[in-house]
Amino acid sequence: MGALRSILVRDLTIAMRRKADVLTVLFFFIIVVSLFPLGIGPEADTLRTIAPGVMWVAALLASMLSLGRLFYNDYMDGTLEQMLIAPQPLGLLVMGKIIAHWLLSGVPLVLITPLLGLQYDLSADALLVLVAALLLGTPILSFLGAIGAALTLGLRGGGALVSLLVLPLYIPVLVFGAGAVDATVSGLGAEAHLALLGAGLLLSLVLAPWATAAALRIAFE
Amino acid sequence: MSINWFKYSSPASFYPLAGSMIPWFTAAAVLFGLVGLYVSFFVAPLADWQQGQSYKIMFIHVPAAWMSMFIYVVMAFWAIVGMIFKTRLSFMMGSALAPTGAIFAFLGLWTGALWGKPTWGTYWVWDARLTSQLILFFLYIGYIALASAIEDPRRADRATGLLAIVGVVNVPIIYFSVKWWSTLHQGSSINFNPAGADQRALSMTDSMFVAMLLMTFCFWCYTIAVALYRVRCEMVEREKNNDWVQDLVKSGDA
Repeated sequence: MGALRSILVRDLTIAMRRKADVLTVLFFFIIVVSLFPLGIGPEADTLRTIAPGVMWVAALLASMLSLGRLFYNDYMDGTLEQMLIAPQPLGLLVMGKIIAHWLLSGVPLVLITPLLGLQYDLSADALLVLVAALLLGTPILSFLGAIGAALTLGLRGGGALVSLLVLPLYIPVLVFGAGAVDATVSGLGAEAHLALLGAGLLLSLVLAPWATAAALRIAFE
Repeated sequence: MSINWFKYSSPASFYPLAGSMIPWFTAAAVLFGLVGLYVSFFVAPLADWQQGQSYKIMFIHVPAAWMSMFIYVVMAFWAIVGMIFKTRLSFMMGSALAPTGAIFAFLGLWTGALWGKPTWGTYWVWDARLTSQLILFFLYIGYIALASAIEDPRRADRATGLLAIVGVVNVPIIYFSVKWWSTLHQGSSINFNPAGADQRALSMTDSMFVAMLLMTFCFWCYTIAVALYRVRCEMVEREKNNDWVQDLVKSGDA
């Protein structure tokens, strides 16, 4: 646990020294979300319908965009190699890195979403559910994305390749995340969707660090 | 009596075995294909009472869709075998199957679109089956892209193997999420009832069933023959510096 915390603190400290990285991803999210009304038209009814899907697709892309630096810098300067031979289990260290990634790329998106939701004329209930769904769903994106980032570590064309690997795996998160908001708007209640997202989060919390650790070992063979 | 289970896990002994198996499976594929096409065109009823003659696309479409799903599971199986026993050949089998799986997934989508136009009146519906087949196609493309991006064959083997395992864990989750998604977003323009497909399967005449079975066997044998052919090329290419390949080249059999 001490190892997990020190990895977490280390990654957050590094990120705070280079705030531009975090802000770039956040503004990418804001810009993508703002582009859709320009392309589709400003009718409030249309915007309300597409809002959950747009927010979620933008969140998937933003999370994916930031995967590149999850392991890359540590890979380049040899830190990752030290983690591989460290006495602590690699899965635990990886989990620390993934949680840091979520705190840096997922949480800012969740915090800005209510503001963007107002642009889309979402009701207060829908906004609340959207934030809850993003809060449960964005860590899953970080966990699944870490597997893709580890598999493509140091490969040419890594950025485009990781999207091919990771986006199909993101689909359930998109379906349940956007579905939660749709269900609230249509009066069905979002509990089922949120429960499924929670189940997905627990499943990926257990399995993904282990798979990521295996992928990192493969990359260093 | 002890059996050496790993005798054919060595490329040197599997290469001649695969070579002698290819003609048999090729012949079986051609035979099943010819008989299957004959039955489907001349013995099975000329036209379905509901769908007309376009139902004959089903004889290609259904086996292709089955194979595309099955091949992914087989790839994951070989990846697991390879991870456990560290057999190079298992990974080679996985990567030899991937292009065929992708072709079948594409064929399933393509023939499905051609069938959908006369039957449903549209080439594409966001139905659970179609959507999950499309995603399966994406998974194959991701696998092939990863395999071709890694230079070192050992790393490529294990990385693609891990991806296949992660994919196979996710396939049921993706399938159910898409299924629930499509029931929530009920399409209004097309009245397609999934239960109707099952009813049709039950009411299918014997000759239609036989034709479908024959075409499925044809696709099976084709897949095995092509995968063995690919894995033979792969083995020679990777082990070109080993003695057994040198001997093959000298004897002129390669």
